[in-house]
Amino acid sequence: MSDVTETESLAAPLADEAAANPVSGIDQTAGNFSYKMDYEFDAGTGLSEKTVRYISSVKKEAPWILEFRLNALKQFLAKPMPTHWATKDLENINFDKIRYYLASGQKPKRTWDEVPDDIKKTFERLGIPEQERKFLAGVEAQFDSEAAYSNIKDVVAKQGVIFANSTEALREHPEIFRKYFGKVIPTGDNKFSALNSAVFSGGSFIYVPKGVKVAHPLQAYFRINAENFGQFERTLIICDEGAELTYMEGCTAPKFSTSTLHSAVVELVALKGAKIQYITVQNWANNVFNLVTKRGVAHEEAEIKWIDCNIGSRLTMKYPGVVLKGRKARGEVISIALANDGQHQDTGAKMIHAADETTSNIVAKSISVGQGRSTYRGVVHIPKHLKGCKNNTECDALLINTNSRTDTYPAITVRGDANSVQHEASVSKVSEEQIFYMQQRGLTEGQAMSLSVNGFVNDLASQFPMEYSVELKRLIDLEMEGSVG
Amino acid sequence: MSSLEIKDLHVSIGEKQIVKGLTLTVRSGEVHAIMGPNGTGKSTLAKAVAGHPSFTITSGDVLLDGRSILAMQPDERARAGLFLAFQYPSEIPGVSIANFLRAAVQARMGEGEELDATGYYKRLYSKMDLLKIDRKFTSRAINDGFSGGEKKRCEILQMAMLEPKFALMDETDSGLDIDALRIVADGVNALRSTNLGVLMITHYQRLLGYIVPDHVHVMWDGRIVKSGDKSLALELEAKGYDWVKKELVRA
Repeated sequence: MSDVTETESLAAPLADEAAANPVSGIDQTAGNFSYKMDYEFDAGTGLSEKTVRYISSVKKEAPWILEFRLNALKQFLAKPMPTHWATKDLENINFDKIRYYLASGQKPKRTWDEVPDDIKKTFERLGIPEQERKFLAGVEAQFDSEAAYSNIKDVVAKQGVIFANSTEALREHPEIFRKYFGKVIPTGDNKFSALNSAVFSGGSFIYVPKGVKVAHPLQAYFRINAENFGQFERTLIICDEGAELTYMEGCTAPKFSTSTLHSAVVELVALKGAKIQYITVQNWANNVFNLVTKRGVAHEEAEIKWIDCNIGSRLTMKYPGVVLKGRKARGEVISIALANDGQHQDTGAKMIHAADETTSNIVAKSISVGQGRSTYRGVVHIPKHLKGCKNNTECDALLINTNSRTDTYPAITVRGDANSVQHEASVSKVSEEQIFYMQQRGLTEGQAMSLSVNGFVNDLASQFPMEYSVELKRLIDLEMEGSVG
Repeated sequence: MSSLEIKDLHVSIGEKQIVKGLTLTVRSGEVHAIMGPNGTGKSTLAKAVAGHPSFTITSGDVLLDGRSILAMQPDERARAGLFLAFQYPSEIPGVSIANFLRAAVQARMGEGEELDATGYYKRLYSKMDLLKIDRKFTSRAINDGFSGGEKKRCEILQMAMLEPKFALMDETDSGLDIDALRIVADGVNALRSTNLGVLMITHYQRLLGYIVPDHVHVMWDGRIVKSGDKSLALELEAKGYDWVKKELVRA
């Protein structure tokens, strides 16, 4: 697994930072749907051994987990910011001002009726109540750091599926989760995976037994509700031989006056012949640092597909990866990123081929609006001794006006002559003529832009489950509405 | 009865004056043709009336049913009943004709009004039948990879669906072979009605053999220099634009 820990391999020529102007022109009041909450547990601000011990004791964790956390804290503190390749904006994160743990102290709820009214109100104000209601049966909603709602557990439990939050799973099923926990993404993979390993709370742990195909997607919903609160969920999904699962997550945060941090770790394990599809549609506020490490290991003939849609945030750095460990394993990353004014989407994919006849596919589309900035970073690694490996990489960028910028850093290292790689990249612009054409048919400028952006991502959006592609369209419409003067 | 009045219109691109005092009134049910050599300002006229941001109207006015539209955005003019059939329609990758038209129809509805999808498709298909367009056509992305003929048919289909009061048709015949020209002309003729006024811009007489105009105007150096009925088009065809030029010099 040593070859997957090289975050540094994403190193790219130092970008010109002058153009990055993170928070200019952001309306901090719009969409401010924060809701007052009473928190029973609060780790206070700042990060120290005390914070970590507090979190672990509140969660009544086994000693090995505390050890794991403390070791992670050391690694986090020792590691420098990766600003030799990443944006210097990372230096603006004030770790001392962040709250690392907050919880209302309520147990995860089983039915909608049992969910407290004020939490329901918050969901309503999020603007997705219909989707919530439609999918109530499948929702494991993350309210700040504790799961506030879940009831699909019982349904899938009949198939032997374990679907629990990370705290519960580590406590009740250590024999299953300990084996894989922190193995796909080692603590020291990068500074932020180390941070997550030290203070993680929330997130889903799922085990799907051999041959079980979970018919309905399992869902999670993450949200930051308190100012200066960081969210550090940890998700681990294991699909045993021949099992299949689709998992979906949505993320939002209200707009606060100060920056906040979301730093998750998601590990997937697809054993022989298993299939995992992991779908993310996120819409963070413009002052969230969203620094997420996502990686899966696909064993023989297994398949892992990441569908990742990034809208919003001040800075997103996320490169979902697949380690293709077994013969004929397949990996795929479908990625859509939209960077509006004051936002930087630094996203991409990693495909580490480690067995013969493995195939990977990366399709990344980015949209840059106004001062928004999109960066694609990709790693495709096929060592010399392998045979019959294939990779296809496509990166398309759409620019909405001349101030937008987009960069592509594809690092494709393919050795040996028994493997094949394809790489295509394109940059296009929404032209004044296109906008005029659509306006002439009666669409406003905003509607016209939104339609061209939706058209640009259309082929990818159609791969999303219906409700999520509708949600995506709605988010794009909202972003584009605000982007015309 | 609607009217589109263009009054002493002056249009420039940057510093360059292109349309230099053009006056013309089109009423519902009428088909006007504007003919003229290249570079005389015909397309500029059409785009300026539709509100293209590259063109500046320096003086004069354009009135739709007696009210000036110059302060209106291009989309407001469109919703007020103005349609421009483009000479070079833009490609919009990933947006199907059906979805685009649906958005355009929805844009004409009041706030809170929802488009009835079944009714919309029924109407779309009946217009397609009228224009003899294959059903599969509307699932294609707008103008993306279309032939010249397909692009023009797509324009006519949009015109049929949006039911404008006035259509400005900019060189609708350009880039079409004779078969495509006939199909497009049949489409326009099928849409001719007492509710629609048409301003057809063309370089050649041949289109006017298929879409017979009520009035023909010759445009020269940013102005209308000669007006008449359809026989003027034939005269132009026979004598060429030099004939107009010589008449102008004599005058």
